[in-house]
Amino acid sequence: MLSSQIKSNEIIFGSCNKDLLEEIIFYGMGLGADFVEIFIENTDNSSVLAEEDFITSVSPSFGKGAGIRIFKDKKDGFVSTNDLTKHGLMRSVSQAIEMLDITDNKKREVFNGLDKFRDYSLSKKKWINEVPTIHEISEKLLVSTKSLKKNNKIITRKGSYSRNLQEVIIASSDGTYASDIRLHQTVGLNVIASDAQYRSSGSRRFGSSGMPNEFRLWDHEKAADDVFESSMNMLYADYVDAGQMPVVLANKFGGVIFHEACGHLLETTQIERGTTPFENKLNKKIAHESVTAIDEGISEGSFGSLSVDDEGMEPEKSVLIKNGILKKFISDRAGELRTGHKRTGSGRRQNYSFAAASRMRNTYIAKGEHSKEDLINSISDGLYCKSMGGGSVGATGQFNFAVEEGYLIKNGKLTNPVKGATLIGEAKEVMPKISMCGNDLELAPGFCGSISGSVNVTVGQPHIKVDSITVGGR
Amino acid sequence: MNSREITTQISKAADFLNLKKWDYGASFSNDYSVQVDKGEAKQLKASQKQILTLRVWNESNLVGITTTSDISESGIKKALNQANIASDFGNKNERTEFSPLAKDPIEVKDEKKRNPLGIKKLLTLLREAEVKLLESHESIKSVPYNGLTESFYERVYANSDGAFRSYTKSQAALYLYARAEEKNKKPRSSGSVKLGYGVEDIDIESCIKDASNKTISHLNYSSIKTDKYLICFSPDSFLTIINAFSSMFNARSILDGVSLSNKNSIGEKLSTEALNIYDDGLHEKNISSSPFDGEGTPTKRLCIINRGRIENFIHSESTARIFKTIPTGHAGLGSKVSVSPDWIVVEKSEENSDLKTTLDHSTYEGEFVYIEELNAIHAGVRASQGSFSLPFDGWLYKNGIKISIESATVAGDIKYLLKNIVNIESSQEVTTSGISPHIWVDKLSITGDE
Repeated sequence: MLSSQIKSNEIIFGSCNKDLLEEIIFYGMGLGADFVEIFIENTDNSSVLAEEDFITSVSPSFGKGAGIRIFKDKKDGFVSTNDLTKHGLMRSVSQAIEMLDITDNKKREVFNGLDKFRDYSLSKKKWINEVPTIHEISEKLLVSTKSLKKNNKIITRKGSYSRNLQEVIIASSDGTYASDIRLHQTVGLNVIASDAQYRSSGSRRFGSSGMPNEFRLWDHEKAADDVFESSMNMLYADYVDAGQMPVVLANKFGGVIFHEACGHLLETTQIERGTTPFENKLNKKIAHESVTAIDEGISEGSFGSLSVDDEGMEPEKSVLIKNGILKKFISDRAGELRTGHKRTGSGRRQNYSFAAASRMRNTYIAKGEHSKEDLINSISDGLYCKSMGGGSVGATGQFNFAVEEGYLIKNGKLTNPVKGATLIGEAKEVMPKISMCGNDLELAPGFCGSISGSVNVTVGQPHIKVDSITVGGR
Repeated sequence: MNSREITTQISKAADFLNLKKWDYGASFSNDYSVQVDKGEAKQLKASQKQILTLRVWNESNLVGITTTSDISESGIKKALNQANIASDFGNKNERTEFSPLAKDPIEVKDEKKRNPLGIKKLLTLLREAEVKLLESHESIKSVPYNGLTESFYERVYANSDGAFRSYTKSQAALYLYARAEEKNKKPRSSGSVKLGYGVEDIDIESCIKDASNKTISHLNYSSIKTDKYLICFSPDSFLTIINAFSSMFNARSILDGVSLSNKNSIGEKLSTEALNIYDDGLHEKNISSSPFDGEGTPTKRLCIINRGRIENFIHSESTARIFKTIPTGHAGLGSKVSVSPDWIVVEKSEENSDLKTTLDHSTYEGEFVYIEELNAIHAGVRASQGSFSLPFDGWLYKNGIKISIESATVAGDIKYLLKNIVNIESSQEVTTSGISPHIWVDKLSITGDE
């Protein structure tokens, strides 16, 4: 008998679950829901840690679960469970219906059954057999940490690898029926350097999506050289003097500031909360005319790329800001329902236990026409932020970011390394001050934590110049 | 399956796979939460979760681990198999064993477990709280971050040596973050969080009042001149700093080379003799208290700093063995066992004659910066280097006038901070992460917009 002919009372990955999913959706709609969405996932993850010259941790994990979301008018009820049986899923639907206090089961929205199955996972089923084995990973991590041992000032060396394989099924009452397999791999190197009272650290992380062979191709020597050089440059650095000054932010992970300080404010969840200053700025100037910013989920292999979002929509390339003019918000299903901004294929969640929300994917400032040197030469007294650490954005839009590796700019030249710098500002005030964009756009992977959990993203930009920003120091 | 049945199932499956030594930790939870938006339900959420972490020891006594949410018979077998495979890569240089205290008696207090109120009641209470907060001041226009949650969970630890311990708990949380707007001024925001064993234990009125008062107190704001200031840390902000630099007292961090301390740091003077710090996971005010850690070691009160000197480190089984001491009940359960503090209690010791007791946040009339809350800890703390640069919410007190600080960071070095404590106020306050009095520190750098 073909697997598609088996009528199962439980969701089975790799089989046709259409009858069961339709039955559950019909059940929810029959109870009066306006909309029913089912998200089911099956995960197979592993991580490996190398410290000094030993593997100190190997951590596999696997699991499965479902998230069921019911909409009634503009409110939604979300229930997650590990029980993938028909009984368990129906119980979750009932629970969501009850939470929303839906007592009127008069049908307003009609469910006509699921559409043709969109299977984005077909070519990806082999990935699990193509990813590197724990043995391969361990060997390469050990070679990598060994490469970090370049002098006796390096007192701590770490290499870490993480692989997440997620198989998802998405079905909803608008007919959406899709399946996908997502593969994300990251590898990172960290060192701590020490000499007498001086201490510094260096770290870099690399990541890809949908490329099972990528870890094997990773240039660990180059990565180790980069991390080592960064830690050595910063070992004897003085603390930066605080003040207002022009800064040049490096490409790649420098884009984290745009992501955190501006990107989040362009998510429809922020409009729903009334916490973005850009709510009524569509088609108005919010940034310097040199700034064009994009959010997309389609760059092959990029950490934030996806074939289909967690609400079953293919991701689009969204030009958020064009030459300083706000053009679009990042939207999901609830965002479209509550704010009117069309979905952009950006409904994302960490896993089944979160309801999807509008989230960034690969977000970057487009390249400009200047060289990195043009930007630095234009500053007589300022700061070059070569490597950024993490940061945060407050409820009213103020942001702050740690500078991991910084250098003073004096008379158009890079001079001494400085530590302890923090960039402080507010997006709507800083965006108009990005006066020059370089021609060297590069992306970097990262993890973004927000309302629907931690999701894989890419940040990026070319080198950019901010005419004036508050630099925190000592 | 209940926790006893899971233990039996694991035992049977382990026998079948000829795995003689194993342990596991598991948690089973049911959570309910509501959010509102201007009187309307926004998102209502319920989740049922189960997580099982299994460790097995192979014939070479190397440990492998697997974590899964699939606690079916087949899921348990698969987890044991995966853990067994992972054990081939077990750490030969630092072997893990069962905690020698995993069968010691523990004190399990179930009397504070509450029953669920249910989503509808949660929604009603949160709606009312939002309305009251909005009505508390004309400038409060919205409560963009709000939530009322209740959780019910069971935690279990068991091993093949016969240890079995579990407890069940309930916990509830209310958070209200208001946003205030006034003409020609920047929006200001602040809030309050309250925890309880159940929703009925949460003082909702006080949460509303705190959120309102804090938000309103930031309406009159100004930038601050970049300089060094006398600082008064609120209990919450001082505990944030201590937790952020807890690697100084963490044996795991010391062994990993990421701590400012080393094996010989016991007895090192860090601060004024007036400072005592304890970790007290079982403190009666700790809503999240757990009677045992991830390895089954009983939780206990431990003195970390005694009269300004390091008295003890916190340990897991393996770090304790290396340091030739006993586990302290601070372990997680992982392939590499993590160590972390539970509930920090800061006290003034009896040796406090060097303190400037005139420094009292409610009466002092000189100039100082009051740090109410530190933000962006993950970004602004370099624990391995001892430095921090953190944005904060707070006020500048000058000439008897209190003005909210618009946007600023405080920067420094943890050892400098501890050495420059000039007063520890007498009365302690309970926060969500521990207990502390107000702490005064001299000459820390503040960067502002001026």
